Amino acid sequence: MDQLLQHLVNALVLGGTYALLGIGLTLIFGIMNVVNFTHGALYTVGAYAMYIAAVGLGMNFFVALPVAVVAGLALGALIEFTLLRPLRGADIDTTMLVMIGAGIVLQSGALWIFGGVAKAVPSPFPDAPLQILGASVSWLRIFVFLAALTLIVSAYALINGTRLGRAMRATFQDHDTAALMGVNVSLIYTATFALGSSLAAAAGALLGPVYVVFPQMGDLAAVKAFAIVILGGLGSITGATIGGFALALAEEFGAGYVSSGYRDAMGFLIIIAVLLVKPTGLFARAERIG
Amino acid sequence: MTRLLPLALLVVLALLPLGLKDPYLLNALITTGIFTIGAMSLNLLLGYTGQLSLGHIAFFGIGAYVSALTSLGFDVGLPFGLRVTHEGWPPAAGFLLAVLIAGLCGYVVGRLSFRVRGAYFVIVTISFAEVVRLVALNWIELTQGPLALTSIPFMTLGLPGLGEMTFRTKIQNYYLVLGVATLSYLLIARLVGSRFGRAMRGLKENEPLALSVGVDATRTLTIAATVSAAMAGAAGSLYAHYIRIIDPDVFLFSYTVTMVIMVVAGGKGTLVGPVIGGLIFGLLPVALRPVMAPEAQWIVYGATLIVILFVMPRGIAPALAALGLPKRAPAAPKPEPARASS
Repeated sequence: MDQLLQHLVNALVLGGTYALLGIGLTLIFGIMNVVNFTHGALYTVGAYAMYIAAVGLGMNFFVALPVAVVAGLALGALIEFTLLRPLRGADIDTTMLVMIGAGIVLQSGALWIFGGVAKAVPSPFPDAPLQILGASVSWLRIFVFLAALTLIVSAYALINGTRLGRAMRATFQDHDTAALMGVNVSLIYTATFALGSSLAAAAGALLGPVYVVFPQMGDLAAVKAFAIVILGGLGSITGATIGGFALALAEEFGAGYVSSGYRDAMGFLIIIAVLLVKPTGLFARAERIG
Repeated sequence: MTRLLPLALLVVLALLPLGLKDPYLLNALITTGIFTIGAMSLNLLLGYTGQLSLGHIAFFGIGAYVSALTSLGFDVGLPFGLRVTHEGWPPAAGFLLAVLIAGLCGYVVGRLSFRVRGAYFVIVTISFAEVVRLVALNWIELTQGPLALTSIPFMTLGLPGLGEMTFRTKIQNYYLVLGVATLSYLLIARLVGSRFGRAMRGLKENEPLALSVGVDATRTLTIAATVSAAMAGAAGSLYAHYIRIIDPDVFLFSYTVTMVIMVVAGGKGTLVGPVIGGLIFGLLPVALRPVMAPEAQWIVYGATLIVILFVMPRGIAPALAALGLPKRAPAAPKPEPARASS
């Protein structure tokens, strides 16, 4: 029973950051239709930005976090502006290969600059964990969960409640009509990609202090993000949120009760199963692109 | 010209070891050759059917493991108290089994995953490769997990006229790889030129139109995936018996990316493209090794991929052909009057 509760608590904490990753990717892959292989690299960049800000520059933990998110936002905008904008109208494969190239450059760049040795970001919270009904959670993890939840709600509000969000939805529903209505379509593309990237960077910045920061950390994160998006249905933010928590639950219970060696296989098995059984995902919009 | 280029390339490659005694370079050429076979097999799928398999290394790795385990032997417990014990067989049998089993895996993956197209197919194939890697990592009783399979025997072939031959030296392995690469090239050329090849290209260009003239999409794509996987399995087997040690890292995504770069840079959908791309990107690390660290080399790889897609989206081989055509056209009648009259 204690163990069950512990797994559940762990899954909740992990699920929050998975949902962030998934929402970021569902904006880019699901709505912009870009198969984004830089998503994992941006997750890594977020974690390294956190490391540079908190350890290298000695910033306060809570200041370093928004700095990392802004770094992701800026890098995302840069990638969209330099690589994707000239390729608008190109076929999806070309864009995907360019994104693979960009992902390689970012990841190898991190390896080149920081080396392969994992870095740790110190936690500002007390070491003694909080005990709830026999399960123990570190304060850092509670903070990560709450921060992720705040970001999820903000992203949801931004997309569904603001003019910018409405312009985004309009642009990707009907590009030409949106342009006719006076929406700056190019700006919306950049903004959407930057927003998705900043959410990936936020997930990296939040999980970096929980685990360690290393150049290849984005590889698995990227595939998990794809698993979450496919599970939740393309372009659905609610779906990505539920998908994130579902993947975390599957991993946590799979590792706890089946085999810990196959923990990371859960995401891949979910992808394969969902695409083979119900290719539209669990919460898809009516139409599916691709 | 397009017929002569591969032949000229083959002659140069066949004569190369006569003037080349540096074992490091020879080793680089052998591994380049092995990955070029992988790239050629990937091109069959990516270039001719338009389906990008980003899990292609799975078939290469399966070929390597099957071949290694067949020749080394194993003793594995299965559920329900079953036990499989296998004594080592000759490496040639390992090679054949590698081709068969990798092909079978390609058939199953193709059969299941061609229900989805485009980005979904890409993601299913990545997932497949990662699951296979995790199995290789965790099924320690069979694969030794991260401890790797070691002391894999040299490839041995019973050649007609030459008797039993063991491929021990680098030179021998070089010609073995060159031979398999040539066979693969001829097989792909044959396949692509056939009615089946036209069906594949039809599906790539316009699937609804191809369907309307009676092309069986799933069947065509599945056959292409099977042949492609079997060929990658052959390359994996050569790799296992040359390197003689394999661990779950053969399934790493970066190897697939290397093959994709070879195909895309060389020219997808062309016969010589993957060979040119394979030679360039296989030997690029050798050229860059004295000047930069391996991490920086990968930055160059990634940047090159982006630049090529922007500058020559169709790849080097078609770009070269386009360069050569207008120059050659007016010059052709002069030295070759026979061709001009025909």
